[in-house]
Amino acid sequence: MRIEGKGRIDVATPVKFSFDGQGYTGFQGDTLASALLASGVKLVGRSFKYHRPRGVLTAGSEEPNAMVEIGHGAAQVPNVRATVQEIYGGLIATSQNRMGPLAYDLLSVNDLFPNFLSAGFYYKTFMWPRAFWEKIYEPVIRRAAGLGSLSGQHNPDHYEKAFAHCDILVVGSGPTGLMAALTAARGGADVILCEESNDFGGRLLSENEEIDGQPAADWIAEMLDALRDTGRVRLMSRTTVTGAYDQGTYGALERVGLHVNGPADLPKECFWRINARQAVLAAGALERPLAFPMNDRPGIMMASAVRSYLHRYGVAAGRKVTVFATNDDAHRTALDLMACGVEIAGVVDARADAKAQGDYPLFAGAEVITTKGRKALSEITIRHNGSEQKIATDCLAMSGGWNPTLHMTCHMNSRPVWNEEIAGFVPADDAVPGLIPAGACKGTYSTAGCLAEGVAAATQALSALGGKTPDIEIPQASDAVGGSKPLWLVSGKGRAWLDFANDVTSKDIKLAAQEAFTSVEHMKRYTTQGMAPDQGKNSNIGALAILADATGRAIPETGTTTYRPPFVPVSIAAFGAGAQGKGFAPERFTTSHDAGTERGAPMIPAGLWYRPSYFPRPGETTWRQSCDREVTMTRNAVGICDVSTLGKIDIQGPDAGAFLDFVYTNMFSTLKVGRVRYGLMLREDGHVMDDGTTARLGESHYVMTTTTAAAGEVMKHLDFIQQCHRSDLNVRFISVTEQWAQFSIVGPKSRELLNGLLDAPIDNDSFPYMGCGEVSVMGVQARLFRISFSGEHAYEIAVPSRYGDALYRQLVMQAETLGGGAYGMEALNVMRIEKGFITHSEIDGRVVPFDIGMDRMISAKKMCVGKPATTREALKETDRPQLVGLKPVGAVKELTAGAQLFAEDAAAIREKVQGYTTSVGFSPALGHFIGLGFLADGPNRMGEVVKMVDHVRKVETRVEICSPVFLDPEGEKLRG
Amino acid sequence: MRIKCPLCGDRDSREFTPMGHETYLDRPNDETWSPAWDTYLHLRDNPAGVTRELWYHGAGCASWLCVERDTVTHDILRVELARDAKRGTA
Repeated sequence: MRIEGKGRIDVATPVKFSFDGQGYTGFQGDTLASALLASGVKLVGRSFKYHRPRGVLTAGSEEPNAMVEIGHGAAQVPNVRATVQEIYGGLIATSQNRMGPLAYDLLSVNDLFPNFLSAGFYYKTFMWPRAFWEKIYEPVIRRAAGLGSLSGQHNPDHYEKAFAHCDILVVGSGPTGLMAALTAARGGADVILCEESNDFGGRLLSENEEIDGQPAADWIAEMLDALRDTGRVRLMSRTTVTGAYDQGTYGALERVGLHVNGPADLPKECFWRINARQAVLAAGALERPLAFPMNDRPGIMMASAVRSYLHRYGVAAGRKVTVFATNDDAHRTALDLMACGVEIAGVVDARADAKAQGDYPLFAGAEVITTKGRKALSEITIRHNGSEQKIATDCLAMSGGWNPTLHMTCHMNSRPVWNEEIAGFVPADDAVPGLIPAGACKGTYSTAGCLAEGVAAATQALSALGGKTPDIEIPQASDAVGGSKPLWLVSGKGRAWLDFANDVTSKDIKLAAQEAFTSVEHMKRYTTQGMAPDQGKNSNIGALAILADATGRAIPETGTTTYRPPFVPVSIAAFGAGAQGKGFAPERFTTSHDAGTERGAPMIPAGLWYRPSYFPRPGETTWRQSCDREVTMTRNAVGICDVSTLGKIDIQGPDAGAFLDFVYTNMFSTLKVGRVRYGLMLREDGHVMDDGTTARLGESHYVMTTTTAAAGEVMKHLDFIQQCHRSDLNVRFISVTEQWAQFSIVGPKSRELLNGLLDAPIDNDSFPYMGCGEVSVMGVQARLFRISFSGEHAYEIAVPSRYGDALYRQLVMQAETLGGGAYGMEALNVMRIEKGFITHSEIDGRVVPFDIGMDRMISAKKMCVGKPATTREALKETDRPQLVGLKPVGAVKELTAGAQLFAEDAAAIREKVQGYTTSVGFSPALGHFIGLGFLADGPNRMGEVVKMVDHVRKVETRVEICSPVFLDPEGEKLRG
Repeated sequence: MRIKCPLCGDRDSREFTPMGHETYLDRPNDETWSPAWDTYLHLRDNPAGVTRELWYHGAGCASWLCVERDTVTHDILRVELARDAKRGTA
């Protein structure tokens, strides 16, 4: 119920929202949890395994019970904590993890069989009969498993990522953090202050405290003004720092648009990478639940949360409240509620020497041993002075003490240190370089202590930066902490929950110990304690205390599991902001792209580039028809293809030739000016890295080409050779792939076409086969290379990119008048296979020059990269798979790439593989499929028939081994 | 993680690609396969501690760098151009 005049919500602004189809009204500033509690809604979800009714447990991001789905349709988000989600007009929330309505979940039948569903039950069941695994057990388990549901549709929401740099990052804006930020800013540092909640102030917002004699809320407002006045503080609310990484990098998740019904382009979240030279961790502490029988009912909440709902949201979580605690701090819950007229049925304090702090019934030395009220708490039973007593209550506020929120100090594999005084873990010293913990996250629980430590931590950070130490007055505040004693487990009949989210009870932890899963890491995985969305924030310490007891060890000896980022769950969309859809990788387009798409050419990726697959003409309905026609057209008349995507590297200098001699297997320093040569490039281990043609345009000027997808690798390789092995050479080189648009002109009419465009005609003397030089095309200076990847009389012409589109269109138009036209990747591939020209389909990183019959291309006259490694005996053995051609000779005519080759009568099993196919295509000239592949001792098996088996596509073909050059083996067409 | 390139300054590690240990700088002189080549290509120590590695500033100045780095603490102790690096130390 709502307490008038309490809370920081805006009562002048009501907000309508719905939960499970029912309409409710809250106020601006409410979370979904506070608004539901104010409306008297106790039941918000069903537990993971037993499907027990659950209510709100906490008031923060550590909430394990109240996880709901927000929104509907494509934008639906599961597993949102109702304690974090702020309400806005029209918010739609739905409960999760139930079959049927929340109040009558059919899967709650699981709760009848706790003995069969204890920890690790799935390791002991579902084994028989075997036939049931795939058809019955798995589908049923899949349907029941998981938490929340996805819409299955594309997520239309926007997300952002951003980077920030600062001198000092302050994590948390409670008393510690506010003082740290002010100290840092006054010391001249650039400060970022991150606060997870929508409001600054931390725990002060949830307590009834005074600082410097004024209400904490007023002090906070003054501090924020002071911070803004420094002009050096960036205040980031709704921003959770999620992890500490190397070199002062911190991840942070900002909730930008989740709390409003904003415009479509408002990002929902922004994931930040913050580089901070120093950081202060002022993350506070989280209260520990108590483990007693039936401690998971709706209405059983953390005492600190009951105070949060009262002071922040003006909500009384119950009408007749009890408190179960082991410390003085929790008694404040009773005092604060009583001051607002809420009835306190009693404070149950396990400490025999507990003292009342006000006029409420106190049961000292007592424990709650069971509770009643399945869908809403109605009664508790306590054991006091040897006898049992029932107390009617609708809200039990429990507190087992506090755990410092030290997670980030352990993100780089440090382990926390046990502190007996607070019965909790505190950070180890210097756990993360540059990260200084202060205040409650370090085990300092008094307000005065926190204020002082905030100043001290920031001062330490400033000194580390060599900055000045400002004079900061530490305000007056309470230095009381109160007494506290740990209580790890109340014995009694019934299950006592540790991990609410994964339904792990004390019984499960003892079972793990009994079954010899005694390491805390094993207990975690065996029971799944600590593996839920709250990542053990509510259960880790309690569980390990029970494990310690069950295995006869002390808590420090039992230790903690590893803490890993992120501190709160982060949506994949936030981590990957900007990388969805087309944002995943850059798209690189050639200058002929538009002309290609205008002609209806489908584009296929080649690395990051897009290249046309084929150019359909009217009447052509399949890609094969277009491809066959393009191949025939090019070999009979002339074809035009955009080859701009191949890497082009401009190499200059007096030692350019010597440099190429070192990177290629064959000689390039002896290449005449005006000539082009095919080159083979090896890795230092003797395997082929790339092949290509390199042209000599001048005495000290070469242009190298590389295959499209390897251009980057080759550049990296050349840079390494030049900088690290041959810095003695006077040579420089640079990528010019994008600077030149390059087109191939292929076929018997290629020279005729060129002479129709060039400003001065060419002939076989000025441009013989493998010649190159400068030409002028329609007034533009260009480079012409007479090289061929098709076996036809062919050229490649290169112009500065800005002329690419115009030249391409002109070339295609000219070609069409000569009975030819544009051709794409499919046709290019068929033509090169017909001639046995290899690509990276063949030189796939496993191939040495011997395997492709290019052993003799390794010059005996000089050293080159990879040459020594090629002399290894095993790289010359004849039973190595070597390049061959293949053609079908049986009833089946289909060849596929990536199939295996076997002897005709051998079983098609792994042990009998003799080779594999790499490239295939249909040859219109020959009228059948042809292929390239590798076969053990291939060159010596010409004419032999072997078996091609494609296990994936289920194709089996008898093939004859033949020369990889299917057409014009003498190369007569090239030299016309 | 950030690497301080001698030419470009402090840059995000995603601008760089690692190659391996600085051993790659000491290309053997042998013209045919030898134990030195085998070591050069195949044998490496894997220290838990300080090591010297070669990194390429591919998305920057294209310099090859020798980076002295602690594999346990991830501290970067020293960065220099590979062509200036003294070989065989650490």
